[in-house]
Amino acid sequence: MFDFITETALFKEYEVYIMTTIYVLVIMIPLFVAVAYTTWLERKVIGAMQVRIGPRNVGFRGLLQPWADMFKLIFKEIILPSGANKVLFVIAPVITLASAVAAWAVIPFDAEKVLSKVNAGLLYVLAVTSVGVYGVIIAGWASNSKYALLGAMRSAAQIVAYEIAMGFALVGVLMAAGSMNLGEIVLAQKGTNGLLDWYWLPLLPLFLVYFISGVAETNRAPFDVAEGESEIVAGFHVEYSGMTFAVFFLAEYANMILISALASIMFLGGWLSPFEGVHNFLWLGIDMHALTAWVPGMAWFFAKIFIFIFLYLWFRATFPRYRYDQIMRLGWKVFIPITIVWILVVGFMVLGEVSPWWGATA
Amino acid sequence: MLSNYLPVLIFLIVGGGIGAVMIIAGFVLAPHKPDSEKTSPYECGFEAFEDSRMKFDVRYYLVAILFILFDLEIAFLFPWAVVLDKIGYFGFWAMVIFLGILVVGFIYEWKKGALEWE
Repeated sequence: MFDFITETALFKEYEVYIMTTIYVLVIMIPLFVAVAYTTWLERKVIGAMQVRIGPRNVGFRGLLQPWADMFKLIFKEIILPSGANKVLFVIAPVITLASAVAAWAVIPFDAEKVLSKVNAGLLYVLAVTSVGVYGVIIAGWASNSKYALLGAMRSAAQIVAYEIAMGFALVGVLMAAGSMNLGEIVLAQKGTNGLLDWYWLPLLPLFLVYFISGVAETNRAPFDVAEGESEIVAGFHVEYSGMTFAVFFLAEYANMILISALASIMFLGGWLSPFEGVHNFLWLGIDMHALTAWVPGMAWFFAKIFIFIFLYLWFRATFPRYRYDQIMRLGWKVFIPITIVWILVVGFMVLGEVSPWWGATA
Repeated sequence: MLSNYLPVLIFLIVGGGIGAVMIIAGFVLAPHKPDSEKTSPYECGFEAFEDSRMKFDVRYYLVAILFILFDLEIAFLFPWAVVLDKIGYFGFWAMVIFLGILVVGFIYEWKKGALEWE
């Protein structure tokens, strides 16, 4: 169909670059659509939890609401505050968004569906997600506003505190899997006991620490003191309007989906079926492995991501905001000691070949 | 080997590019009528009282230093964790000693009250 393009000499010369860019867009465009509908889902879910209806007028059941919001924001004036560092002020949201989407380059969607199988995948993810804090700090500083600066300081201190707990949790996963390649981490969780073979069970404390730290990293409720509407109005993005605000908003939701995807890959077996190798379900003689064999791996992966996204929204509807000293106490005095202790426990489990995860039978 | 990283680079460029395009679209399509009231820093309706780049608490600085220490430690732990089942108990105890030294420092910080936010 596209022969007239693919036959040209120019295309042949840059084929690798053009094809890679197309693959990148194949991942990125659905990601942005997913972000848009996460905002719709958030309003619907929280509405239902508060016995409201949520958006319903724009399109069928409000399904066009995210697009209406987006077009509204495009046509809103971008205000550059008088005392702001204008260049930094505009660059900050771009940095945040780039770091939020770039980690998707190494996420495996299925056994063979991964854009780049880099061996240092997890290290790359840790590095690139850490860059997001620069966007927040730069935004807070460049705005030339007290609230923005306060929000940025709070947010930065909180993000770095939880980053350590998160890093230690990742070390536990690495010890268990023996690889930094995300695809191999998933395959290391493959066994004959279905979902009991995944790492959420032997690494349960790290799993909980990882996901709660992820909520804190993305500045979501109940850890959203960086925005803290009732105290410092909107924190680091108080001076942002129009599209510059929309980009921050996109980045926040893209980060939520990313944390959910990483948690699924490292602790819930990524694209693996929960009935992998279960031929005798609950000793009833039902062959669940064969019954669910037709489900594509990607469907399991997206279902797992959806569970975590729903948890994010549920947290926001349920928990009141933590006080700042409580957040710092939780990060430094609870999570870091827990993860250090559990790293030692995992070390003994791996070296002692505890079945079924690390035994000779696994 | 290094060609595996090409998609990563393109991903970064496209990701930043989409953000830049969106903001440029905002500048092009939206009205632009600044006035001095609109562009003054937000301070709940008051005139700004003093310089916005104000002093902040020294504890943020302490947290930053602690973060560097522990993040470096994680950077050391990453390669160790990958090869743990090959280096056996010797490698394990070597890292336990290293971790132990840092934990002593962490306990000292804790007792000194660097982690207290009242």
